[in-house]
Amino acid sequence: MKKTVLFNKHKQLGGKIIDFGDWLLPVQYSEGILFEHKKVREAVGLFDVSHMGEIIVKGLEAKEFIQFLITNDINKIKQKEIIYSPLCYESAGVVDDVLIYKFSEEEFLLIVNAANIQKDFEWLENNKGNYKVKIDNLSDEYSQLAIQGPKSEIVLQQLTDIDLSKLKFYCFNNKVFIAENEVIISRTGYTGEDGFEIYSKNENIANIWDEIMKEGYKYGIVPVGLGARDTLRFEAALPLYGHELTKDINPIEAGLEKFIKLKKDNFMGKENLNKYINNKYKKILVGFEMLEKGIPRAKYDIYLKDEKIGHVTSGSYSPTNKRNLGLGLIREEYSQKDNIIEIMIRNQKMKAKIINKPFYNKKYKIK
Amino acid sequence: MKIVEDLYYSKEHEWIKVDGNNVYIGISDFAQKSLGDIVFVELPETGNKVNKDDSISVVESVKAASDIYAPVSGKVLKVNGVLDDEPELLNEDPYENWMILIELSNREELKELMNYKEYSDFCDEE
Repeated sequence: MKKTVLFNKHKQLGGKIIDFGDWLLPVQYSEGILFEHKKVREAVGLFDVSHMGEIIVKGLEAKEFIQFLITNDINKIKQKEIIYSPLCYESAGVVDDVLIYKFSEEEFLLIVNAANIQKDFEWLENNKGNYKVKIDNLSDEYSQLAIQGPKSEIVLQQLTDIDLSKLKFYCFNNKVFIAENEVIISRTGYTGEDGFEIYSKNENIANIWDEIMKEGYKYGIVPVGLGARDTLRFEAALPLYGHELTKDINPIEAGLEKFIKLKKDNFMGKENLNKYINNKYKKILVGFEMLEKGIPRAKYDIYLKDEKIGHVTSGSYSPTNKRNLGLGLIREEYSQKDNIIEIMIRNQKMKAKIINKPFYNKKYKIK
Repeated sequence: MKIVEDLYYSKEHEWIKVDGNNVYIGISDFAQKSLGDIVFVELPETGNKVNKDDSISVVESVKAASDIYAPVSGKVLKVNGVLDDEPELLNEDPYENWMILIELSNREELKELMNYKEYSDFCDEE
C-alpha cells in the first residue's frame, strides 16, 4: 500500500482514509463530501493528488512518438501548452487518458492515472520501436496538488511572482516558485471549476500545502478528498478511467470525438476507431436523471422494456443539482434526449430519462 | 461518538428500542459517521414479515449503498416516511430518527443483542 508524502497531514485534518487502487488516500475530511463539494463550487478547495503519475518522454523523436500513440494531435500545442488525449490500444480500447505538457519539441511530460502508471510506462517502452526517445517514470519523485474553485487564482496569486491572470486554461509555467519552492503550475483540473494543478519534488510539497492552506484561510479554503473529487468530475461529465474509459470502451463511445483526429497519419488504434464509426451496434455515453427512487451506481444494467441496452458507468446523487444522475453507455439508437430508460437497481427496474450532459456548466477561464 | 444508554445494539451498528412487544430500529452514531453524508434511504413495505439478518433496508451515502439487516424477526408495522425526503436526518440525529417499527415474533432474539456497555466496547475494537 502506498502513501503520499502528505498522509499524516490528512490524518491530522480528520481525513477518512480509504484504499484507492493501492493508495491510502482521504475519501473525505471531517465535514464530509457534500460540504467539500460545495466549497469547491463556491469558494476554493485543495486536493492532494500526488498519486497521479508523471512520465517524461524526451529525445529527438519525442513528438513523433507521442503523436503515434495518442488520438489527439500533438501539433495543436505550442511550448508551455497542454493537450488532453486518450491513448488507445490497436483495438481502439483505451490504455489511459493523459495530459501532455510540452516543454519543447523534444521533451514532454505525461500526467497519467495512478492505477495505470506501470501499465502506461510499459506501454510506452514496448512501443518505442526505433523512435529516438527516452522514457522516465518520475512518479515516485513528484507530488501534485490541485487548487480548485472560483477563489483559486486569488489565493495562489499571493504565493507566486508570475501573473496568474495571464496563465490561460490548459497552459503552464515551469521553473516558477510558490513560497520559494520550485514548481510547475498549470491552469487545469478535474472539477469543472477554474483552478490550478501544481507539481513539485516530494520534499517541498508539505510546505506548499501549508502555505496554500494558510493563504486560503480567509477565502474559506478546505482540504478536499477523493469523494468530492469524484462528485465534482461526475457533474462536469469528465471521464474517469475504469468507468467511462476502459480497455473495452473506446473514446468514440465515451463521447470524446473532440480529442480524436482521424485525419492524422497512422496512429495506434486509428483503423479500429475508423471502423467503429460505422458500426451498426454502436454505443454512446449518455447522461440520465432518475425519475423513480434510487441512486444509479457504476455497473448497474440499463434496460429498455426487456432488452438490456447498456450499463451505468458512473452514478451519484448530484450535490449541485440535488437529483440522482448517471452516465451510461447504451446503444446509440436509444440515446435521444428525453427517451425513457430503466436502471436495474437491486433487482427492480427504475425509470430514468436521458438528459444533456454535462450536468454542470464548466467554469473554465478560456479567455 | 454518541451511544445512548437505554437501547440495544447489533453488530451491524443498528440501535433497537423496545416498546412493549414492538421495537424501533435505527442506525447508531458510529454507523452514520462511517457512512458519511446520507442521501437516500430505501425502507421496507409495511406488513412484510422479516427474519433476523434479512436485508430489510438500504441506506445510501454519496459514495455507496449499504444494506440494513434485521436485528430481530417480526412484522414491519411502520416505517419513518420522513426519511424519504430528508435522509440527512440520519446524520443529524441518528437516535432521534428511527427507521423501522417491527412487531417482535421472537422475543428471545433480544438477548443476542448488545447493551450500552457491550456496544461501547465493540465500537472501541472496530
